[in-house]
Amino acid sequence: MTNLNLAVAASLNVTTPSDQATSAAKITARNLDFYYDGFHALKNIRMDIPEKRVTAIIGPSGCGKSTLLRIFNRIYSIYPKLEARGEVLLDGENILDPRYPLNRLRSKVGMVFQKPVPFPMSIFDNIAYGIKHYEKLSRADMEVRVEQALRQAAIWDEVKDKLKGSALGLSGGQQQRLCIARAIALKPEVILFDEPTSALDPIATGKIEQLVEELKKDFTIAIVTHNMQQAARCSDFTAFMYLGELIEFGETETMFTRPSKQQTEDYITGRFG
Amino acid sequence: MPETTASHEHIIKSYDAELARLLSEIVRMGQLAGEQLALAAAAVDERNSDLAMRVVEGDNAIDALEHDVSHDVLRLLALRQPIARDLRDVLAALRIAADIERIGDYAANMAKRAIALNQNAPMRPAASLPHLAEVAGDMLRDVLDAYRRGDADAAVEVWKRDVQLDTLYTAMFRELLTYMMEDPRNITPCTHLLFMAKNIERIGDHATNIAENIYFLVHAKPLVEERRKGDHTSTLVS
Amino acid sequence: MSAISEKLYRRRRFKNGVALVLAGAATLFGLFWLVWILWTTLVNGIGALKPELFYQMTPPPGSDGGLANAFFGSMLMSLLAIVLGTPVGILAGTFLAEYARRSLLGESIRFVNDILLSAPSIVLGLFVYTLVVKQMGHFSGLAGAITLALIVLPVVVRTTDEMLKLVPSQMREAALSLGVPQWKVTVQVLYRSALPGIVTGVLLALARISGETAPLLFTALNNQFWSVDMSGPMASVPVVVFQYAMSPYDTWHSLAWAGAFMVTVFVLCTSLIARAIIARRKVAND
Repeated sequence: MTNLNLAVAASLNVTTPSDQATSAAKITARNLDFYYDGFHALKNIRMDIPEKRVTAIIGPSGCGKSTLLRIFNRIYSIYPKLEARGEVLLDGENILDPRYPLNRLRSKVGMVFQKPVPFPMSIFDNIAYGIKHYEKLSRADMEVRVEQALRQAAIWDEVKDKLKGSALGLSGGQQQRLCIARAIALKPEVILFDEPTSALDPIATGKIEQLVEELKKDFTIAIVTHNMQQAARCSDFTAFMYLGELIEFGETETMFTRPSKQQTEDYITGRFG
Repeated sequence: MPETTASHEHIIKSYDAELARLLSEIVRMGQLAGEQLALAAAAVDERNSDLAMRVVEGDNAIDALEHDVSHDVLRLLALRQPIARDLRDVLAALRIAADIERIGDYAANMAKRAIALNQNAPMRPAASLPHLAEVAGDMLRDVLDAYRRGDADAAVEVWKRDVQLDTLYTAMFRELLTYMMEDPRNITPCTHLLFMAKNIERIGDHATNIAENIYFLVHAKPLVEERRKGDHTSTLVS
Repeated sequence: MSAISEKLYRRRRFKNGVALVLAGAATLFGLFWLVWILWTTLVNGIGALKPELFYQMTPPPGSDGGLANAFFGSMLMSLLAIVLGTPVGILAGTFLAEYARRSLLGESIRFVNDILLSAPSIVLGLFVYTLVVKQMGHFSGLAGAITLALIVLPVVVRTTDEMLKLVPSQMREAALSLGVPQWKVTVQVLYRSALPGIVTGVLLALARISGETAPLLFTALNNQFWSVDMSGPMASVPVVVFQYAMSPYDTWHSLAWAGAFMVTVFVLCTSLIARAIIARRKVAND
């Protein structure tokens, strides 16, 4: 066992008894390597994303944190020359196995992106779009589902009077919450956030962070962020990555008060050099 | 857990400058408090009330420095949002400044009592007071040196030395009791001396507090080892 | 110190002034000819406007008439060209943007398309002449429409490609991350997002073909009479303008001016509509 594993095990033990440490993991990466046109972008990642917790992934640009996140729903596979090797287990099943249906994976693992990208259609249709792909619902049932998703994403009150209006007319923060609602509408189990607030002002950012906190009651959340304070504010666990490696993983409180690796400490205190 | 040290500089240089300023303010405060203690002890030793007056007035300078430290800490917390080692740095500065401020108060209190003591005839037990003050002064100097260097081992060493001071204090306590039992007229000066000795003993406790803060600052966990207490006066019956 | 910077500043201001005057003069030079051309067309064209233009046929030399058959022929051939060229162009553009973005095949097609885009229209006319007119044995409106479609095609391919590439990749990823298959994402999300741009491209292509003369000379030729038969020769405004302008008759000259004016107005309107669509799209995006 490497030091890293010991660190991971030790940090997980803080909240859960050691025998439950593995069963509490919703997503488990084992010996995960990622190649970008021959470039070794992720090196032997071993990591557990605990269920119904918020896990933040931090690290300098190019450390592979977004790459890692994009493996969890295999969105990377839409581009050529990208290859993931190893295992990523979702509820014990390897999602990297080509036999794992993409449809099922994407319905279980939703994603929210850096830039709010509402589809060029009405607010209602934005939410209904994904649902229609999986379920045939009556008009009334669909209305219920859409409202449910919008309420859960804390945007219902702001849009209930203009559901037929274009989603492009919303503010950036509202658009991002709409995108969250769109992901929630499919009733996923995991939601991936790829720097969800980097294009938003502090107030809109605060609303998203508050939302993340509420969503963890129902979803497992992984969030990639450049903003360390954001990781500190809204995550339960933090992973620090550097040059394609997972340097340290632990409870957020521990990571931000007494990280066990010098590299982590240097990065979070702004000493990277 | 590996010892974490501020091995690299911050990317933002002014951050380092502000932390360095905080450290130098604390060290300056500690030096002042050390001088105050030595002067107060000298005032007792030499029965010099003028010197004692100067010590009483000198406490203001320490209070002013503590005020500066609080202001700088507030500023750092608000503007830099320090975390991990940086946060412990700032927290330690705040706590250590409070400890030093108390040490200054004790030194000033000693000086006040020295003036009162000088109204009476010289007492023989007063002779052991400067030694007590010297031991406490050394502890203060060494712990501040450990703080300046971020040396937790040196801090622990000082922390252990408190036993010595407590033993000296207990001895003096017994001696003073004897004098008071011998002649009730000794009670007033002896009580002053007793309080002064107690002040010095408290200064030692504050020095150990500082040592504990240094340990936490470096290791990010409290110093837990059970300290052997040398001060048995609180359980002393007679 | 300040004296030096004052001097430096004056010299910079002087250079700036010179550059500004030169750039302004070049602009005026270009605009001068453009305004002159438009002014001449406007003066002569408005003078030649009359209601008969729209319901009388092109006349024999010396007598009065209109351009009704030419307007109709132009409209018919242009519409057919758009109908033929647009779907193929959109599909090809989609292939380039969505499936062959960074591949060698995609780059090659893009390169060939760019050549087609800037190919002289007369070359396309000759091509269709050999391929269609020679085979059919006679000139036809259909051949004209095919030629114009070949002009429309690369424009639509290019705009579709560009407009789809402008759709943020995160929108693509967002749609795909819902588990929706690629083809549905393209049709239901990406086209919707790129639609104003694609429509603009089609309109600009329409504006371009409505003034084409050379390729039609080899393919649709001309027809003095009203004809809805696409398999026979067909009149068109640019060809009529060309023929009548070369003639020695004043009545024909006047009709040529009227035709030129009408084509100019049509192109102007189409461009304005295209611009309006682009402007609205910008507002929606901001």
